[in-house]
Amino acid sequence: MTLLSRRSVLAGLAAGSALSLAPMRFASAQSAAPIKLGFQVHRTGIGASYGRWYERVANAAATRMNDMGGINGRPVELVFEDDGTDPKRGAEVVDKLVSQHGVDLIFGSLFSHVVIGSAPRAGELKVPYLPCSEGYHVASGMLNRWCLQPGISDVRSQVTAMAPWVMQNLGKKVTMVFPDYAFGHDHRDYFSEAVAAQGGEVIAKIGIPPTETSFTRYFPQIPAETEVLYHVMVGPSVLTFVKELGEFYGAGSGPQIFGFIDSLEGVDLASPGLEFLEGSHFWEGHCRHKQPDAPAWEADYRAAVGVDDNGASLADPKDVATYAHMFSVWETLSTIKKGMEAAGYQSTADRQKFVEAVEAMTSFDAGLDHVQGAKVFNGKTHQVFSTQFISKVEAGKLTRVHTTSIEESLYPDAVDYTAQSF
Amino acid sequence: MGTGSLLMLATLEGTVMAAVLALAAVGLSLTFGVMRVVNVAHGEFFMLGAVLAWAVAQAMPSAPLGFVAALLIAPALVGALAWVTDTALLKRLNYNPDSTIVATIGLSYLIQQGALSFFGPDARAVAAPFTLRLQFPGFGYSGYKLFVVAAALLVLLAVWWGLTRSRAGLVMRATQVDRNTARAFGINVDRVYAGTFALGAALAALAAVLLAPISQAHYLMGHDPLLLSFIVVIIGGLGSLRGTLLAALVIGLADGILSMLYPPTLAKILATLAVAMVLVFRPQGLFGDRT
Amino acid sequence: MKALGLHLGVLLTLALAGLLLPDYHQGMLTRVLVMAVFATGYNLAFGYTGLLSLGHALHFSAGMMAAGLAMRDGMAPEAALPLGALAGTVSAALTGILALRTKGVSFMIVTLMFAQAFYLTLLYFGAFTGGDEGFPLPGSARQMFGLDLTQPGPRFTVALLLFGIALLVQAALVRGRFGRSMVAIRENEERSRMLGYNPFTIKLTALTLSGLYAGVAGAAYGLLFGYVGAGFGTTQYSILPMLYVLLGGAGTTLGPLLGAGLMAWLIDAASSLTEASLAIIGAVLIALVVFAPKGILGTIRERGAKWLP
Repeated sequence: MTLLSRRSVLAGLAAGSALSLAPMRFASAQSAAPIKLGFQVHRTGIGASYGRWYERVANAAATRMNDMGGINGRPVELVFEDDGTDPKRGAEVVDKLVSQHGVDLIFGSLFSHVVIGSAPRAGELKVPYLPCSEGYHVASGMLNRWCLQPGISDVRSQVTAMAPWVMQNLGKKVTMVFPDYAFGHDHRDYFSEAVAAQGGEVIAKIGIPPTETSFTRYFPQIPAETEVLYHVMVGPSVLTFVKELGEFYGAGSGPQIFGFIDSLEGVDLASPGLEFLEGSHFWEGHCRHKQPDAPAWEADYRAAVGVDDNGASLADPKDVATYAHMFSVWETLSTIKKGMEAAGYQSTADRQKFVEAVEAMTSFDAGLDHVQGAKVFNGKTHQVFSTQFISKVEAGKLTRVHTTSIEESLYPDAVDYTAQSF
Repeated sequence: MGTGSLLMLATLEGTVMAAVLALAAVGLSLTFGVMRVVNVAHGEFFMLGAVLAWAVAQAMPSAPLGFVAALLIAPALVGALAWVTDTALLKRLNYNPDSTIVATIGLSYLIQQGALSFFGPDARAVAAPFTLRLQFPGFGYSGYKLFVVAAALLVLLAVWWGLTRSRAGLVMRATQVDRNTARAFGINVDRVYAGTFALGAALAALAAVLLAPISQAHYLMGHDPLLLSFIVVIIGGLGSLRGTLLAALVIGLADGILSMLYPPTLAKILATLAVAMVLVFRPQGLFGDRT
Repeated sequence: MKALGLHLGVLLTLALAGLLLPDYHQGMLTRVLVMAVFATGYNLAFGYTGLLSLGHALHFSAGMMAAGLAMRDGMAPEAALPLGALAGTVSAALTGILALRTKGVSFMIVTLMFAQAFYLTLLYFGAFTGGDEGFPLPGSARQMFGLDLTQPGPRFTVALLLFGIALLVQAALVRGRFGRSMVAIRENEERSRMLGYNPFTIKLTALTLSGLYAGVAGAAYGLLFGYVGAGFGTTQYSILPMLYVLLGGAGTTLGPLLGAGLMAWLIDAASSLTEASLAIIGAVLIALVVFAPKGILGTIRERGAKWLP
């Protein structure tokens, strides 16, 4: 038995850890051409608030990926193009990314109308298209076989999972306030359905036109017997909405309030006028404020994307992240890596193999690759399902009070993309 | 909620909306009335006022101080920008209607990008100088909104007084009636135009500072005030301040009451069509003279 | 004769460009051609007749929605395209009868409000129209006269054909008696009335024709690119044709095409150059209007090339 000196063991350990920490060398010279991933970013237009964070997360995820050796030993290069949050420009950007920049695939679009406007072009060009959108468009069968959403659950599954807890803890008579267009209509239709299944009732549905900037006049349409007021507003006017709600009911009175954090993504909860939200509940896709029982990788993820424990930028505490959604960009890139490696992806000729490889996936384990948590992937509907969080506003912070199971968020398949041709 | 409370709320909301409309439109009424140019950037001047109100409030220790500081700073800065725009750009275009539209569209892109680059894409809440919640039977209401109504009246009164009682107002009205005659009488028409354009923009910014606490600051917020202002100014009859106020009241109250009766989007459709029909059957506006 | 030669030359150049340009720019050109049909129609109303409408998004999206919804329900594109044209024509005629009671800025506002009401109506009936999200048209529905419109070649051919017709019809129209009456109204409505014209009929005809162009363009855009949505009914799509026409030259036959192309490649280049692309677009618009106040072709015509159509 040889006794190793304590010193040599330490030296060995140090060398080993240095090796594992140092960026890995990219496999070989001839295949070291970068994998180019196109990113449709909402840099201008109504989605700019989200777009900026999506871009930051994408860059952070790509850096991490390259530090780990890239994809199939090849470095990852991101190509960003602004789509102006406009479906017409969105389709043009798909063209530009594919034909001009020669990207291998496209991901990252958020607003549903941009996704739906771009998807036909992606299908025609036979390019994998992976929105990070939470819209119920991939799984509804509206798009085509080239479209996959492995990074975030869709609205239908989110609202379905919320209904049981809301019914049991907040009340059974619900009034919904939502934007009067497709995103709001998905909330209206699928939440009403899930509420009915739980023995509750949606007693009023108030759809607000997108051009509206003032809301008080619609509040009398909220029936007095309402137990839960469900709100999901998007766009800059949400601040006015909450403020006016507070003025209308006054502190401590009125129905229980349950909202989707979409209403306040990128908005500081300490903003003037939002005091009324104290004690109300929110759906969160990913907890903005770091929870005491956060998993080990949470701190690494926050550091990588430049976000502090309050969900704000490390550089500027007033710059609040779109935290509940932006994990989807990070996780989508993880899935792209897995899919490309499983498909033995070499060149754009292997795009179909990539889609088939993702279709073959069934679940993702929680970890630094999938920071939001474990997920189930449905290869037929091209849609991922995850746990959902319900948080309560306490002292201006979002504290998680409930986590739904993945099973609660499932619904019958509406499409089988694998039966479609490429 | 009882019918009485409902009517009360509808009236309050309608009055506040009228104040919002009148405030947003008064600057446009001035530039449009005197200069007869379509300034597409009017909404962006408004947006700039709101964003500056937010920026100033950030730098100030308390909300009332920030509000007062913004009331002074934002209109001055925006007015200066408008002065430069007029002398460096619109004058060179000879106020040609078509060219002015293209130039002010270009200007609004520039201002939007400026706001996006310097202040970011997020919606920002601006604190009101005071918080007061008034409890009515069945509902609560913001005291600051009622303050806005008073402020709107004050601003309109001040502009009216300036136009009718001051020398500057006289000069402006003379230019409005006939630019060439005014020139013949030794009026520096160029300066009147630059001054009017700057004043119109400053009024838009002032309106935005007053309104930011009941809405928010956001780089894309200029679109709606622009359209609403044009509607109010046209319905009111060109260059008529009294018409602007009355049109704001009619539109505000009609909108307030319609939105109580119908689902929100349907109410908006009906209100939009109603206003269009008013113009169709009274093309000179409700209170304007036939020109 | 010179004018006809120029138009045919431009169409020939476009056809050659379609063959020679790389994929991406060929696709861009296809989009530009469809938008140029829209703008050419707008030119008839605004450039020649002086009707500054801010409501043309209504006719564009009416054409797109009518054709798109019909194709979603299984109608063949050969029938859906004319249906879209009809929708644009009817919407322009109906709103025109009312809006033409007004003039100048009132006309602008009334047309804008009609368009706004239509846009909100599309959202209100979102369950049927798809609302702001809209809906894609499957490739199988986009086959016309044996052409597969999901392919770049056939798509470009159809766009060029539509633009060619739009351009030549416009050129013939404005050289004819009707064209002279449109211009007469633009220049002086009272005088044209004394000359025996009926301004209302002429303006309504011009506006309706312009709606026909918009309807065709909207329907074609949906058909060629496979997406239909209420987003094409927003004010932005009323401002675009106006901007194209003003940039290229109001009242010139080729101005709308030039304006549409210029804006498309300007936006494209600006977004590649910098993140502050809006600033570049704004600055270029201002520079253009300072140096070419009548639009590019309008200014060229004024400075010597009097023959320019």
